[in-house]
Amino acid sequence: MAVNSVEVRHVTKRFTLRHTRSLKEMAVWKSRGRDTTNIFLALDDVALNIKQGEAVGLLGWNGSGKSTLLKLISGVMRPDKGSIGVRGRVAGLIEVGAGFHPDLTGRENVYLNGATLGMSRQQIDRLFDDIVDFSGVSRFLDTEVKFYSSGMFFRLAFAVAVHTEPDVFLVDEILAVGDEPFQRIAVARIQELCKEGRTLIMVSHDLPMVENICRRGIVLREGHLSQDTDITSAIRLLRETDRA
Amino acid sequence: MNVTSTEAQGPTDVLPMREPGIGGGLFDVARWRFLLMLLVRKELRVRYRGSVLGIMWSYVKPLVQFLVFYVALGVFLQLNKGTPAYAVYLFSGIVGINFFNEIFGNATRSIVLNADFVKKIYLPRELFPVSMIWVALVHLVPQIIILMGGALLYGWRPGPLNLLAGLVALIIVAVLALGLGLLFSAVNVLFRDAENIVDLFLMVGTWASPVLYTWTMVYKAFPRWLWLLYQCNPLTPAVELMHYCFWYPATDQSSVALAKAIPPHLPWWALLSVFTSVVALGVGQFVFARLQGRFAQEL
Repeated sequence: MAVNSVEVRHVTKRFTLRHTRSLKEMAVWKSRGRDTTNIFLALDDVALNIKQGEAVGLLGWNGSGKSTLLKLISGVMRPDKGSIGVRGRVAGLIEVGAGFHPDLTGRENVYLNGATLGMSRQQIDRLFDDIVDFSGVSRFLDTEVKFYSSGMFFRLAFAVAVHTEPDVFLVDEILAVGDEPFQRIAVARIQELCKEGRTLIMVSHDLPMVENICRRGIVLREGHLSQDTDITSAIRLLRETDRA
Repeated sequence: MNVTSTEAQGPTDVLPMREPGIGGGLFDVARWRFLLMLLVRKELRVRYRGSVLGIMWSYVKPLVQFLVFYVALGVFLQLNKGTPAYAVYLFSGIVGINFFNEIFGNATRSIVLNADFVKKIYLPRELFPVSMIWVALVHLVPQIIILMGGALLYGWRPGPLNLLAGLVALIIVAVLALGLGLLFSAVNVLFRDAENIVDLFLMVGTWASPVLYTWTMVYKAFPRWLWLLYQCNPLTPAVELMHYCFWYPATDQSSVALAKAIPPHLPWWALLSVFTSVVALGVGQFVFARLQGRFAQEL
């Protein structure tokens, strides 16, 4: 059986919500005996392993800690307790167009974004035409990105991300932006990446789509790992805990 | 993330397990130089967007600054008379201090201004302050060319030692500014007061080193211990080295004694300054590394 691609070892992540920043406010709060900090436990002792080539859906309602977990896996944030191990290069669409600058042209942004996702110049040169073809915005390549429609922007950003050849691919709630034809292409491309043996971790509230792409489902509830099972049962269990 | 090794290896090979979000600090920057270059280009593009003069502004600004100081201090306060080739003296100091101010000021704001990158993708965050050195270098080159042109008009004939002094001066300035920039850019994420404190530093910096006046004036006015303290400011020897490079070889050296033009034991003061700057870089990197785990959640 394949080796672990991602190991989450009893990870805890706390956020300190500071209510105030200025000296004056701080003095006023302190003098009234109010606590100026508020600790929020985003992830509480979460442990899980993901094998190489697995496609995993992270499920949970808002505020359950899904996005925090993805950020910890990508290295953007560090856990307060526990540790994380990742094999190979992680890339992701944690937020669309991270590393896109509105004042640069589409072409420049492909290079900038590719480089931020860890690609070398040779790699981008080699894949440039594929990226542009995939995005379908070739006509506007030398236009500044600020003039792009949100759909065009998304398509280009997505195209760069899926061509970065990562070992672990993180997707957070991003497929909702594109139109339906593009969503179909995007899903097909993600499935292709999975077939190539890359590991996928996906967060989305579009449950049918998650069910379509992923095999394993992990349900998070208020920072705890609540279920870890196949995707269909995970979605059913999630729906049973419907808060409404 | 090793960019070069992933290309050779497919996802089917077993790669070593590593912890995400931990980098080698400044040592990682070398591996990411392609991105560094793109960030520098982005910074320059963004700074001069929609501007007709564009990069020409980097000529205009120091020139105006020079004229203002020259008229006010050289002509009105008559520093012109005591110091031969005062224009070259003044401008060589201004170029050095501008280089410092630009790196330090921009580096301090670099993390907050690049919040989009910092929050969303893991990169060695040192890239942002470091990129400011290259941006400042792009602006430094035209100033150095103007400075050399001006010095040549006064008959500048530098020897290898003079040129070496200029190079050392710029290296001191860059290392010190990067060290302080790393420190304050990290603190600035938690407390935006940092950038205002830095603005204060920069304002004082021009006056706390012998840019506008000569060291002999400080020497006469200060008690000895205070003068020694003044010399401990790492920018002071750097500015004097700039003078030794561009100004002193442009003066009529028979009329200006070296002992009077350049403070005593300058090589030793310069060495101390190199040491201080390297310490500042070490401290800056240490604090930056400690605080950067909190960047994404604080921005």
